[in-house]
Amino acid sequence: MIEVKNVVKKFGDFTAVDNISFKVNKGEIFAFLGPNGAGKTTSIKMLTTLLKPTSGEVFLNGHNVTENPDETRKSFGIVFQDPSLDNELTAYENMQFHAILYGVKKEVYKKRIVDLLKMVELYDRKDSFVKTFSGGMKRRLEIARGLLHHPTVLFLDEPTIGLDPQTRNHIWTYINELNKKEGVTIFFTTHHMEEVERIAKRVAIIDHGKILIDGTIEEIIKKAGKESLEDAFISLTGSTIRDEKANIGKNQMRINSKLMR
Amino acid sequence: MNAIYILWLRQLKRFIRKKASIVGAIGQPIIFLLAFGFGLSPVFAKAGAGNYIQFLAPGIIVMTVLFTSIFTGLEIIWDKQFGFLKETFVAPVPRYQILLGKVLGGATVAMAQGFLVFIITLFAGFRPVNWLSLPLAFLYIFLVAFLSSALGASIAARLEDMQGFPLIFNFVVQPLFYLSGAIFPLQNLPAALNFVTKINPFSYGVDGLRFAFSGVNIFSPFLSIAVLMGVSLIIIGFGVYQFKKVQL
Ligand SMILES: Nc1ncnc2c1ncn2[C@@H]1O[C@H](COP(=O)(O)OP(=O)(O)O)[C@@H](O)[C@H]1O
Ligand SMILES: [Mg+2]
Repeated sequence: MIEVKNVVKKFGDFTAVDNISFKVNKGEIFAFLGPNGAGKTTSIKMLTTLLKPTSGEVFLNGHNVTENPDETRKSFGIVFQDPSLDNELTAYENMQFHAILYGVKKEVYKKRIVDLLKMVELYDRKDSFVKTFSGGMKRRLEIARGLLHHPTVLFLDEPTIGLDPQTRNHIWTYINELNKKEGVTIFFTTHHMEEVERIAKRVAIIDHGKILIDGTIEEIIKKAGKESLEDAFISLTGSTIRDEKANIGKNQMRINSKLMR
Repeated sequence: MNAIYILWLRQLKRFIRKKASIVGAIGQPIIFLLAFGFGLSPVFAKAGAGNYIQFLAPGIIVMTVLFTSIFTGLEIIWDKQFGFLKETFVAPVPRYQILLGKVLGGATVAMAQGFLVFIITLFAGFRPVNWLSLPLAFLYIFLVAFLSSALGASIAARLEDMQGFPLIFNFVVQPLFYLSGAIFPLQNLPAALNFVTKINPFSYGVDGLRFAFSGVNIFSPFLSIAVLMGVSLIIIGFGVYQFKKVQL
Protein backbone atom coordinates (compact mmCIF):
# COMPACT_ATOMS: atom_id res chain seq x y z
CA MET A 1 0.00 0.00 0.00
CA ILE A 2 2.78 2.42 0.98
CA GLU A 3 6.33 1.87 -0.20
CA VAL A 4 9.19 4.21 0.57
CA LYS A 5 12.58 3.61 -1.06
CA ASN A 6 15.76 5.42 0.03
CA VAL A 7 14.01 8.72 0.55
CA VAL A 8 16.09 11.76 1.47
CA LYS A 9 14.84 15.28 2.17
CA LYS A 10 17.25 18.16 2.55
CA PHE A 11 16.41 21.74 3.49
CA GLY A 12 19.52 23.58 2.30
CA ASP A 13 22.35 21.51 3.72
CA PHE A 14 20.27 20.22 6.63
CA THR A 15 19.09 16.65 6.15
CA ALA A 16 15.65 16.31 7.73
CA VAL A 17 14.97 12.80 6.38
CA ASP A 18 18.01 10.65 5.83
CA ASN A 19 17.62 7.71 3.48
CA ILE A 20 14.56 5.96 4.89
CA SER A 21 12.91 2.88 3.41
CA PHE A 22 9.87 0.99 4.65
CA LYS A 23 6.66 -0.68 3.57
CA VAL A 24 3.15 -0.56 4.94
CA ASN A 25 0.77 -3.32 3.90
CA LYS A 26 -2.84 -2.89 2.94
CA GLY A 27 -5.20 -2.74 5.92
CA GLU A 28 -2.38 -2.33 8.42
CA ILE A 29 -2.11 0.18 11.26
CA PHE A 30 1.41 1.55 11.13
CA ALA A 31 2.97 3.92 13.64
CA PHE A 32 5.87 6.30 13.13
CA LEU A 33 7.30 6.79 16.58
CA GLY A 34 9.93 9.43 17.19
CA PRO A 35 10.90 12.41 19.34
CA ASN A 36 10.31 16.01 18.26
CA GLY A 37 12.21 17.04 15.16
CA ALA A 38 12.82 13.43 14.13
CA GLY A 39 11.48 13.99 10.62
CA LYS A 40 7.98 12.51 11.00
CA THR A 41 6.04 15.45 9.57
CA THR A 42 8.53 15.90 6.74
CA SER A 43 8.10 12.22 5.84
CA ILE A 44 4.31 12.50 5.88
CA LYS A 45 4.46 15.57 3.66
CA MET A 46 6.50 13.64 1.12
CA LEU A 47 4.02 10.76 1.26
CA THR A 48 1.13 13.14 0.67
CA THR A 49 2.48 15.14 -2.30
CA LEU A 50 3.09 18.36 -0.35
CA LEU A 51 6.88 18.11 -0.47
CA LYS A 52 9.14 16.64 -3.14
CA PRO A 53 11.84 14.28 -1.89
CA THR A 54 15.39 15.37 -2.64
CA SER A 55 16.00 11.79 -3.76
CA GLY A 56 14.39 8.38 -3.51
CA GLU A 57 10.96 7.08 -4.46
CA VAL A 58 7.56 6.95 -2.80
CA PHE A 59 4.68 4.74 -3.92
CA LEU A 60 1.17 4.98 -2.56
CA ASN A 61 -1.63 2.72 -3.66
CA GLY A 62 0.46 1.79 -6.69
CA HIS A 63 1.07 5.39 -7.78
CA ASN A 64 4.44 7.05 -7.89
CA VAL A 65 3.74 10.03 -5.63
CA THR A 66 6.18 12.44 -7.26
CA GLU A 67 5.32 11.58 -10.84
CA ASN A 68 1.61 11.14 -10.42
CA PRO A 69 0.42 13.43 -7.64
CA ASP A 70 -3.14 13.87 -8.93
CA GLU A 71 -3.87 10.13 -8.91
CA THR A 72 -2.19 9.71 -5.54
CA ARG A 73 -4.34 12.37 -3.91
CA LYS A 74 -7.48 10.36 -4.61
CA SER A 75 -6.32 7.54 -2.36
CA PHE A 76 -5.55 9.18 0.94
CA GLY A 77 -6.87 11.40 3.69
CA ILE A 78 -4.75 13.36 6.13
CA VAL A 79 -4.99 15.06 9.48
CA PHE A 80 -2.16 17.58 9.67
CA GLN A 81 -0.14 18.37 12.73
CA ASP A 82 -0.44 22.14 12.17
CA PRO A 83 -3.80 23.91 11.99
CA SER A 84 -5.49 23.76 8.59
CA LEU A 85 -9.03 25.06 9.13
CA ASP A 86 -10.65 28.18 7.70
CA ASN A 87 -11.36 30.31 10.76
CA GLU A 88 -13.81 32.51 8.89
CA LEU A 89 -16.10 29.57 8.14
CA THR A 90 -18.29 27.61 10.54
CA ALA A 91 -17.52 24.05 11.62
CA TYR A 92 -20.19 22.72 9.27
CA GLU A 93 -18.91 24.82 6.37
CA ASN A 94 -15.39 23.52 6.87
CA MET A 95 -16.72 19.96 6.72
CA GLN A 96 -18.86 20.69 3.69
CA PHE A 97 -15.98 22.34 1.87
CA HIS A 98 -13.94 19.18 2.39
CA ALA A 99 -16.75 16.86 1.33
CA ILE A 100 -17.35 18.70 -1.92
CA LEU A 101 -13.64 19.03 -2.66
CA TYR A 102 -13.34 15.25 -2.28
CA GLY A 103 -16.42 14.59 -4.39
CA VAL A 104 -18.49 13.01 -1.60
CA LYS A 105 -22.17 12.83 -2.63
CA LYS A 106 -24.60 15.13 -0.87
CA GLU A 107 -26.80 12.31 0.52
CA VAL A 108 -23.66 10.71 1.95
CA TYR A 109 -21.95 13.76 3.39
CA LYS A 110 -25.03 15.22 5.04
CA LYS A 111 -25.39 12.21 7.30
CA ARG A 112 -21.70 11.61 7.74
CA ILE A 113 -20.97 15.18 8.83
CA VAL A 114 -23.65 14.89 11.51
CA ASP A 115 -22.27 11.53 12.71
CA LEU A 116 -18.69 12.74 12.81
CA LEU A 117 -19.50 16.03 14.51
CA LYS A 118 -21.40 14.07 17.14
CA MET A 119 -18.46 11.75 17.62
CA VAL A 120 -16.10 14.62 18.32
CA GLU A 121 -18.81 16.33 20.38
CA LEU A 122 -19.06 19.43 18.25
CA TYR A 123 -22.52 18.90 16.84
CA ASP A 124 -24.12 21.60 18.97
CA ARG A 125 -21.42 24.01 17.78
CA LYS A 126 -21.73 23.17 14.10
CA ASP A 127 -22.81 26.67 13.12
CA SER A 128 -20.22 28.51 15.16
CA PHE A 129 -17.26 30.11 13.46
CA VAL A 130 -14.08 28.13 13.87
CA LYS A 131 -12.30 31.26 15.11
CA THR A 132 -14.37 30.99 18.30
CA PHE A 133 -13.11 27.44 19.00
CA SER A 134 -10.46 26.40 21.52
CA GLY A 135 -7.37 24.55 20.34
CA GLY A 136 -8.82 21.20 21.38
CA MET A 137 -12.08 21.84 19.55
CA LYS A 138 -10.22 22.75 16.38
CA ARG A 139 -8.22 19.55 16.65
CA ARG A 140 -11.37 17.47 17.01
CA LEU A 141 -12.90 19.16 14.01
CA GLU A 142 -9.81 18.46 11.94
CA ILE A 143 -9.95 14.80 12.83
CA ALA A 144 -13.63 14.59 11.98
CA ARG A 145 -12.85 16.26 8.67
CA GLY A 146 -10.00 13.86 7.89
CA LEU A 147 -12.37 10.92 8.30
CA LEU A 148 -15.11 12.42 6.16
CA HIS A 149 -14.29 10.96 2.76
CA HIS A 150 -13.30 7.43 3.86
CA PRO A 151 -9.95 7.18 2.08
CA THR A 152 -8.02 3.95 1.44
CA VAL A 153 -5.07 5.29 3.43
CA LEU A 154 -5.42 7.70 6.30
CA PHE A 155 -2.45 9.73 7.54
CA LEU A 156 -2.61 11.19 11.01
CA ASP A 157 0.21 13.45 12.14
CA GLU A 158 0.17 13.50 15.95
CA PRO A 159 -3.62 13.48 15.88
CA THR A 160 -4.37 13.51 19.58
CA ILE A 161 -2.00 16.26 20.69
CA GLY A 162 -3.68 18.55 23.20
CA LEU A 163 -6.80 16.43 23.65
CA ASP A 164 -8.31 15.10 26.86
CA PRO A 165 -8.31 11.34 27.53
CA GLN A 166 -12.04 10.92 26.75
CA THR A 167 -11.76 12.45 23.31
CA ARG A 168 -8.57 10.53 22.60
CA ASN A 169 -10.38 7.38 23.50
CA HIS A 170 -13.30 8.17 21.19
CA ILE A 171 -11.03 9.00 18.33
CA TRP A 172 -8.85 5.90 18.58
CA THR A 173 -11.94 3.73 18.88
CA TYR A 174 -13.36 5.30 15.73
CA ILE A 175 -10.08 4.94 13.85
CA ASN A 176 -9.77 1.33 14.95
CA GLU A 177 -13.28 0.60 13.72
CA LEU A 178 -12.60 2.33 10.43
CA ASN A 179 -9.62 0.04 10.02
CA LYS A 180 -11.47 -3.13 11.02
CA LYS A 181 -14.75 -2.48 9.19
CA GLU A 182 -13.62 -0.70 6.06
CA GLY A 183 -10.05 -1.94 5.86
CA VAL A 184 -8.60 1.59 5.80
CA THR A 185 -4.82 1.54 6.07
CA ILE A 186 -3.73 3.81 8.91
CA PHE A 187 -0.38 5.59 9.10
CA PHE A 188 0.09 7.74 12.16
CA THR A 189 2.91 9.54 13.92
CA THR A 190 3.18 10.06 17.63
CA HIS A 191 5.56 10.27 20.50
CA HIS A 192 3.13 8.51 22.86
CA MET A 193 4.03 4.90 23.58
CA GLU A 194 0.59 3.96 24.84
CA GLU A 195 -1.10 4.99 21.58
CA VAL A 196 1.31 2.81 19.67
CA GLU A 197 0.80 -0.14 22.00
CA ARG A 198 -2.92 0.28 21.85
CA ILE A 199 -3.57 0.12 18.15
CA ALA A 200 -0.47 -0.18 15.98
CA LYS A 201 0.31 -3.46 14.29
CA ARG A 202 3.75 -2.41 13.16
CA VAL A 203 6.03 0.41 14.22
CA ALA A 204 9.05 2.26 12.91
CA ILE A 205 11.14 4.24 15.35
CA ILE A 206 12.66 7.31 13.70
CA ASP A 207 15.18 9.81 15.01
CA HIS A 208 17.39 12.43 13.35
CA GLY A 209 15.77 11.52 10.03
CA LYS A 210 16.80 7.86 10.21
CA ILE A 211 14.69 4.79 10.86
CA LEU A 212 16.43 3.05 13.75
CA ILE A 213 14.31 -0.07 13.88
CA ASP A 214 11.00 -1.36 12.57
CA GLY A 215 8.71 -4.35 13.03
CA THR A 216 5.91 -5.44 15.33
CA ILE A 217 6.05 -4.26 18.92
CA GLU A 218 7.24 -7.70 20.07
CA GLU A 219 9.95 -7.78 17.42
CA ILE A 220 11.20 -4.35 18.42
CA ILE A 221 11.33 -5.23 22.11
CA LYS A 222 13.18 -8.42 21.24
CA LYS A 223 15.64 -6.79 18.85
CA ALA A 224 16.45 -4.07 21.34
CA GLY A 225 16.72 -6.63 24.15
CA LYS A 226 14.45 -4.65 26.48
CA GLU A 227 11.38 -5.22 28.65
CA SER A 228 8.96 -2.79 27.02
CA LEU A 229 8.47 -0.55 24.00
CA GLU A 230 9.25 2.46 26.15
CA ASP A 231 12.59 1.04 27.28
CA ALA A 232 13.41 0.13 23.71
CA PHE A 233 12.51 3.64 22.53
CA ILE A 234 14.61 5.36 25.18
CA SER A 235 17.59 3.11 24.65
CA LEU A 236 17.46 3.73 20.91
CA THR A 237 16.85 7.46 20.89
CA GLY A 238 18.81 8.38 24.02
CA SER A 239 17.46 10.28 26.99
CA THR A 240 18.29 13.84 25.95
CA ILE A 241 15.26 16.08 26.07
CA ARG A 242 14.24 17.48 22.70
CA ASP A 243 13.32 21.08 22.25
CA GLU A 244 9.57 21.33 21.78
CA LYS A 245 10.16 24.23 19.42
CA ALA A 246 11.95 22.04 16.93
CA ASN A 247 8.61 20.47 16.37
CA ILE A 248 6.77 23.63 15.54
CA GLY A 249 6.59 24.17 11.80
CA LYS A 250 8.01 27.29 10.25
CA ASN A 251 4.54 28.55 9.47
CA GLN A 252 3.26 27.98 12.95
CA MET A 253 6.18 29.92 14.33
CA ARG A 254 5.36 32.82 12.05
CA ILE A 255 1.73 32.79 13.11
CA ASN A 256 2.72 32.69 16.74
CA SER A 257 5.06 35.63 16.39
CA LYS A 258 2.33 37.52 14.57
CA LEU A 259 -0.19 36.85 17.29
CA MET A 260 2.24 37.95 19.95
CA ARG A 261 3.03 41.24 18.27
CA MET B 1 -16.60 21.43 -11.38
CA ASN B 2 -18.00 21.16 -7.87
CA ALA B 3 -14.55 21.95 -6.55
CA ILE B 4 -14.50 25.22 -8.49
CA TYR B 5 -17.94 26.03 -7.13
CA ILE B 6 -17.08 25.44 -3.48
CA LEU B 7 -13.83 27.42 -3.76
CA TRP B 8 -15.77 30.26 -5.34
CA LEU B 9 -18.45 30.07 -2.64
CA ARG B 10 -15.84 30.20 0.11
CA GLN B 11 -14.39 33.45 -1.27
CA LEU B 12 -17.83 34.94 -1.48
CA LYS B 13 -18.71 34.01 2.09
CA ARG B 14 -15.46 35.43 3.37
CA PHE B 15 -16.15 38.66 1.47
CA ILE B 16 -19.70 39.09 2.75
CA ARG B 17 -18.60 38.45 6.32
CA LYS B 18 -15.94 41.14 6.28
CA LYS B 19 -18.09 44.25 6.21
CA ALA B 20 -15.26 46.54 7.23
CA SER B 21 -13.15 45.62 4.22
CA ILE B 22 -16.07 46.17 1.85
CA VAL B 23 -16.32 49.74 3.05
CA GLY B 24 -12.51 50.07 3.22
CA ALA B 25 -12.06 49.04 -0.39
CA ILE B 26 -14.32 51.77 -1.75
CA GLY B 27 -12.54 54.49 0.26
CA GLN B 28 -9.73 55.00 -2.20
CA PRO B 29 -11.94 55.18 -5.31
CA ILE B 30 -14.14 57.77 -3.61
CA ILE B 31 -11.13 59.90 -2.74
CA PHE B 32 -9.88 59.63 -6.31
CA LEU B 33 -13.26 60.57 -7.65
CA LEU B 34 -13.52 63.61 -5.41
CA ALA B 35 -9.93 64.84 -5.53
CA PHE B 36 -9.09 64.14 -9.17
CA GLY B 37 -12.59 64.24 -10.53
CA PHE B 38 -13.54 67.60 -9.20
CA GLY B 39 -10.01 68.96 -8.88
CA LEU B 40 -8.97 68.40 -12.47
CA SER B 41 -12.36 69.05 -14.07
CA PRO B 42 -11.69 72.72 -14.86
CA VAL B 43 -8.28 72.02 -16.41
CA PHE B 44 -9.70 69.18 -18.45
CA ALA B 45 -12.58 71.28 -19.70
CA LYS B 46 -10.28 74.19 -20.55
CA ALA B 47 -8.10 71.84 -22.62
CA GLY B 48 -11.21 71.13 -24.64
CA ALA B 49 -11.28 67.48 -23.56
CA GLY B 50 -14.83 67.52 -22.27
CA ASN B 51 -16.32 66.40 -18.96
CA TYR B 52 -13.63 64.89 -16.75
CA ILE B 53 -15.97 62.93 -14.44
CA GLN B 54 -17.38 61.30 -17.53
CA PHE B 55 -13.84 60.40 -18.57
CA LEU B 56 -12.61 59.36 -15.13
CA ALA B 57 -15.49 57.16 -13.89
CA PRO B 58 -14.64 54.05 -15.97
CA GLY B 59 -11.02 54.44 -14.85
CA ILE B 60 -12.07 54.55 -11.20
CA ILE B 61 -14.21 51.44 -11.64
CA VAL B 62 -11.26 49.62 -13.20
CA MET B 63 -9.10 50.78 -10.31
CA THR B 64 -11.52 49.32 -7.78
CA VAL B 65 -11.71 46.05 -9.62
CA LEU B 66 -7.96 45.83 -10.15
CA PHE B 67 -6.99 46.57 -6.54
CA THR B 68 -9.67 44.34 -5.03
CA SER B 69 -8.84 41.43 -7.33
CA ILE B 70 -5.13 41.59 -6.70
CA PHE B 71 -5.79 41.68 -3.00
CA THR B 72 -8.11 38.68 -3.03
CA GLY B 73 -5.53 36.87 -5.11
CA LEU B 74 -2.93 37.58 -2.51
CA GLU B 75 -5.18 36.09 0.18
CA ILE B 76 -3.64 32.80 -0.89
CA ILE B 77 -0.64 33.87 1.16
CA TRP B 78 -2.86 33.99 4.26
CA ASP B 79 -4.20 30.56 3.43
CA LYS B 80 -0.61 29.38 3.30
CA GLN B 81 0.29 30.90 6.63
CA PHE B 82 -2.81 29.72 8.42
CA GLY B 83 -2.44 26.25 6.94
CA PHE B 84 -5.66 26.14 4.95
CA LEU B 85 -3.83 25.88 1.64
CA LYS B 86 -2.57 22.43 2.71
CA GLU B 87 -6.17 21.28 3.03
CA THR B 88 -6.91 22.47 -0.51
CA PHE B 89 -3.68 21.20 -2.02
CA VAL B 90 -3.88 17.59 -0.82
CA ALA B 91 -7.42 17.24 -2.16
CA PRO B 92 -7.84 15.22 -5.36
CA VAL B 93 -8.52 18.36 -7.38
CA PRO B 94 -6.37 19.34 -10.36
CA ARG B 95 -4.36 22.50 -9.77
CA TYR B 96 -6.06 24.34 -12.62
CA GLN B 97 -9.45 23.87 -10.92
CA ILE B 98 -8.13 25.21 -7.63
CA LEU B 99 -6.73 28.22 -9.46
CA LEU B 100 -9.96 28.78 -11.42
CA GLY B 101 -12.10 28.55 -8.27
CA LYS B 102 -9.93 31.11 -6.53
CA VAL B 103 -9.74 33.40 -9.52
CA LEU B 104 -13.49 33.29 -10.18
CA GLY B 105 -14.15 33.91 -6.48
CA GLY B 106 -11.78 36.88 -6.43
CA ALA B 107 -13.24 38.19 -9.68
CA THR B 108 -16.81 37.99 -8.37
CA VAL B 109 -15.87 39.85 -5.21
CA ALA B 110 -14.08 42.51 -7.24
CA MET B 111 -17.06 42.90 -9.56
CA ALA B 112 -19.34 43.44 -6.58
CA GLN B 113 -17.00 46.19 -5.36
CA GLY B 114 -16.80 47.63 -8.85
CA PHE B 115 -20.57 47.73 -9.04
CA LEU B 116 -20.76 49.60 -5.73
CA VAL B 117 -18.32 52.17 -7.03
CA PHE B 118 -20.27 52.44 -10.29
CA ILE B 119 -23.32 53.44 -8.23
CA ILE B 120 -21.20 56.00 -6.41
CA THR B 121 -19.95 57.52 -9.67
CA LEU B 122 -23.59 58.04 -10.65
CA PHE B 123 -23.97 60.24 -7.59
CA ALA B 124 -20.85 62.16 -8.60
CA GLY B 125 -22.53 63.05 -11.87
CA PHE B 126 -21.39 60.23 -14.14
CA ARG B 127 -23.95 59.22 -16.79
CA PRO B 128 -23.62 56.23 -19.13
CA VAL B 129 -24.58 57.47 -22.57
CA ASN B 130 -26.42 54.31 -23.46
CA TRP B 131 -27.91 52.18 -20.67
CA LEU B 132 -28.43 49.36 -23.13
CA SER B 133 -24.72 48.76 -23.36
CA LEU B 134 -24.51 48.07 -19.63
CA PRO B 135 -24.14 44.30 -20.21
CA LEU B 136 -21.16 45.05 -22.44
CA ALA B 137 -19.72 47.19 -19.65
CA PHE B 138 -20.10 44.26 -17.26
CA LEU B 139 -18.30 42.00 -19.69
CA TYR B 140 -15.29 44.34 -19.66
CA ILE B 141 -15.45 44.63 -15.89
CA PHE B 142 -15.51 40.86 -15.61
CA LEU B 143 -12.55 40.46 -17.96
CA VAL B 144 -10.53 43.00 -15.99
CA ALA B 145 -11.52 41.30 -12.71
CA PHE B 146 -10.59 37.87 -14.02
CA LEU B 147 -7.26 39.06 -15.38
CA SER B 148 -6.22 40.83 -12.19
CA SER B 149 -7.39 37.99 -9.92
CA ALA B 150 -5.34 35.57 -11.98
CA LEU B 151 -2.37 37.91 -11.72
CA GLY B 152 -2.73 38.19 -7.93
CA ALA B 153 -3.09 34.44 -7.42
CA SER B 154 -0.14 33.63 -9.67
CA ILE B 155 2.11 36.07 -7.88
CA ALA B 156 0.94 34.83 -4.47
CA ALA B 157 1.56 31.18 -5.27
CA ARG B 158 5.28 31.46 -4.71
CA LEU B 159 5.39 34.10 -1.98
CA GLU B 160 5.95 32.96 1.60
CA ASP B 161 4.53 35.95 3.42
CA MET B 162 2.90 39.35 3.04
CA GLN B 163 6.24 41.17 3.26
CA GLY B 164 6.47 41.29 -0.51
CA PHE B 165 3.06 42.90 -0.75
CA PRO B 166 4.09 46.60 -0.71
CA LEU B 167 6.72 45.83 -3.35
CA ILE B 168 4.15 44.22 -5.63
CA PHE B 169 1.59 46.88 -4.98
CA ASN B 170 3.92 49.80 -5.63
CA PHE B 171 5.93 48.38 -8.51
CA VAL B 172 3.36 46.24 -10.31
CA VAL B 173 -0.21 47.13 -9.44
CA GLN B 174 0.03 50.92 -9.17
CA PRO B 175 1.95 51.35 -12.46
CA LEU B 176 -0.54 49.07 -14.21
CA PHE B 177 -3.28 51.40 -13.03
CA TYR B 178 -1.62 54.76 -13.64
CA LEU B 179 -0.40 53.74 -17.09
CA SER B 180 -3.75 52.40 -18.28
CA GLY B 181 -5.36 55.60 -19.44
CA ALA B 182 -7.59 55.56 -16.38
CA ILE B 183 -6.78 59.14 -15.36
CA PHE B 184 -5.36 60.71 -18.53
CA PRO B 185 -6.12 60.12 -22.22
CA LEU B 186 -3.69 57.88 -24.09
CA GLN B 187 -3.37 60.25 -27.04
CA ASN B 188 -0.34 62.43 -27.88
CA LEU B 189 1.90 60.84 -25.27
CA PRO B 190 5.73 60.79 -25.39
CA ALA B 191 6.93 57.73 -27.32
CA ALA B 192 8.13 55.74 -24.31
CA LEU B 193 4.93 56.31 -22.36
CA ASN B 194 2.90 55.56 -25.45
CA PHE B 195 4.67 52.20 -25.82
CA VAL B 196 4.19 51.24 -22.17
CA THR B 197 0.50 52.09 -22.19
CA LYS B 198 -0.03 50.07 -25.38
CA ILE B 199 1.49 46.91 -23.90
CA ASN B 200 -0.44 47.32 -20.64
CA PRO B 201 -3.48 45.00 -20.90
CA PHE B 202 -5.44 47.18 -18.49
CA SER B 203 -5.36 50.02 -21.03
CA TYR B 204 -7.64 47.83 -23.11
CA GLY B 205 -9.92 47.23 -20.12
CA VAL B 206 -10.27 50.94 -19.40
CA ASP B 207 -10.76 51.79 -23.07
CA GLY B 208 -13.32 49.02 -23.56
CA LEU B 209 -15.27 50.12 -20.53
CA ARG B 210 -15.19 53.73 -21.66
CA PHE B 211 -16.52 52.58 -25.03
CA ALA B 212 -19.34 50.62 -23.39
CA PHE B 213 -20.34 53.54 -21.17
CA SER B 214 -19.74 56.55 -23.40
CA GLY B 215 -19.08 55.26 -26.91
CA VAL B 216 -15.57 56.75 -26.90
CA ASN B 217 -12.61 54.54 -27.74
CA ILE B 218 -9.11 54.44 -29.17
CA PHE B 219 -8.78 50.66 -29.56
CA SER B 220 -11.26 48.51 -31.37
CA PRO B 221 -13.70 47.07 -28.77
CA PHE B 222 -13.05 43.59 -30.16
CA LEU B 223 -9.32 44.07 -29.92
CA SER B 224 -9.80 45.03 -26.27
CA ILE B 225 -11.78 41.86 -25.53
CA ALA B 226 -9.21 39.75 -27.37
CA VAL B 227 -6.29 41.31 -25.51
CA LEU B 228 -7.93 40.87 -22.10
CA MET B 229 -8.84 37.25 -22.82
CA GLY B 230 -5.50 36.40 -24.37
CA VAL B 231 -3.46 37.85 -21.52
CA SER B 232 -5.76 36.14 -18.99
CA LEU B 233 -5.12 32.79 -20.64
CA ILE B 234 -1.37 33.31 -20.53
CA ILE B 235 -1.49 34.28 -16.87
CA ILE B 236 -3.73 31.32 -15.98
CA GLY B 237 -1.23 29.05 -17.72
CA PHE B 238 1.61 30.63 -15.76
CA GLY B 239 -0.45 30.37 -12.53
CA VAL B 240 -1.12 26.66 -13.00
CA TYR B 241 2.60 26.12 -13.54
CA GLN B 242 3.32 28.07 -10.35
CA PHE B 243 0.67 26.15 -8.40
CA LYS B 244 2.21 22.85 -9.44
CA LYS B 245 5.53 23.90 -7.98
CA VAL B 246 4.21 24.97 -4.58
CA GLN B 247 5.76 23.08 -1.64
CA LEU B 248 4.05 23.41 1.70
N1 LIG C 1 10.59 23.89 5.67
C1 LIG C 1 11.64 23.58 6.45
N2 LIG C 1 12.80 24.25 6.32
C2 LIG C 1 13.88 23.94 7.10
N3 LIG C 1 13.89 22.98 8.05
C3 LIG C 1 12.75 22.28 8.23
C4 LIG C 1 11.57 22.54 7.45
N4 LIG C 1 10.60 21.68 7.85
C5 LIG C 1 11.15 20.93 8.84
N5 LIG C 1 12.44 21.29 9.08
C6 LIG C 1 13.36 20.67 10.06
O1 LIG C 1 13.41 19.28 9.80
C7 LIG C 1 13.47 18.54 11.01
C8 LIG C 1 12.35 17.54 11.05
O2 LIG C 1 11.12 18.22 11.24
P1 LIG C 1 9.74 17.48 11.33
O3 LIG C 1 9.61 16.56 10.19
O4 LIG C 1 8.70 18.52 11.47
O5 LIG C 1 9.87 16.66 12.69
P2 LIG C 1 8.78 15.89 13.55
O6 LIG C 1 7.48 15.98 12.82
O7 LIG C 1 9.29 14.49 13.68
O8 LIG C 1 8.73 16.55 14.88
C9 LIG C 1 13.42 19.55 12.14
O9 LIG C 1 14.71 19.79 12.60
C10 LIG C 1 12.83 20.78 11.48
O10 LIG C 1 13.28 21.95 12.11
MG1 LIG D 1 5.77 16.74 13.38
